[in-house]
Amino acid sequence: MAYGVVIVSHVEQIAEGVKNLISQVAADVPITTAGGTDDHQVGTSMEKIQKAFDDNSADEILAFYDLGSAKMNLEMAIEFTDKQIHLYDVALIEGSYTATALLEAGTKLDDIEVQLKPLKIK
Amino acid sequence: MALTVEQAKTWLEDFYTEIEAQKQYLSDLDTPIGDGDHGNNMARGMTAVHEDISDADFASVSDLFKKVAMDLISKVGGASGPLYGTAFLEMSKTAAGSTELKDLVSAALAGIEKRGKATTNEKTMIDVWSPMAEKLNSDEAVSEADIDQFVESTKDMVATKGRASYLGERSVGHIDPGAMSSGYLLKALVKVGA
Ligand SMILES: Nc1ncnc2c1ncn2[C@@H]1O[C@H](COP(=O)(O)OP(=O)(O)O)[C@@H](O)[C@H]1O
Ligand SMILES: [Mg+2]
Repeated sequence: MAYGVVIVSHVEQIAEGVKNLISQVAADVPITTAGGTDDHQVGTSMEKIQKAFDDNSADEILAFYDLGSAKMNLEMAIEFTDKQIHLYDVALIEGSYTATALLEAGTKLDDIEVQLKPLKIK
Repeated sequence: MALTVEQAKTWLEDFYTEIEAQKQYLSDLDTPIGDGDHGNNMARGMTAVHEDISDADFASVSDLFKKVAMDLISKVGGASGPLYGTAFLEMSKTAAGSTELKDLVSAALAGIEKRGKATTNEKTMIDVWSPMAEKLNSDEAVSEADIDQFVESTKDMVATKGRASYLGERSVGHIDPGAMSSGYLLKALVKVGA
């Protein structure tokens, strides 16, 4: 698959839970997660995000996150990676679900972004 | 007015000591308008900084700040990690050319603005860094009392960025924890007398 999805949350189980939910509609889309801090506490970690980028088999990634500080760590990780990352300020669950389902159906990125627009909440 | 490596180390060690002493207070400030972790976040980051710099030699202020940035980015965990981390990364870049206080503080402010996309009057650490940079850039002396007043000014503001923004009007009446820790950092800087 040309595109992958990365889920970033302050909580490990939220990131895993969202992955669980969206992978049901997208068996072929590579999905990796970065949840919580390095010591399994609530928060986000740039290193975990970098690892989620690296571990994702796709070179172009759609990234989704929960709260503002996750975005800051995502943006730092984006500055450090060679992969092409698209970051969306949309509702985490609805946004990532929409994007993944459309990726699975082979939809073009432009058209996916049209669908994501009304889900922008931050 | 240019900071030496020794002064920079003293600055950071003093900040580490202050964070250790005020850890509980910072987390208490973060409780009504946040998630009560700011003191612990900063202590985790500054402990790593302290361990990495206390016995190490640095060729330049730039190298020292780079190390500090990396520790804060990887250890802090909350929003303040990428914010302070970016501040020190930007100061590291600037320090390669100048370690004048006004240049360093302006670079840090630009980094925090870039990372957090906040501006003044949003009840964040910007409300301390911005007036500090302004005073230094107009070649005015900055006293510890001035910095206390920058910190205090966040009390009456409504938060529109960061976690506290979810509380809207309810955020009024509380000092912003990140403004308080930034106040400690800048007071420690003024104290080294560069
Ligand atoms: N977008 C932002 N721009 C500038 N400063 C911010 C922003 N978001 C949060 N802050 C600062 O970070 C502080 C909170 O830090 P901390 O408690 O460590 O992180 P978190 O909010 O993730 O728990 C706030 O008090 C505020 O000063
Ligand atoms: Mg907090």
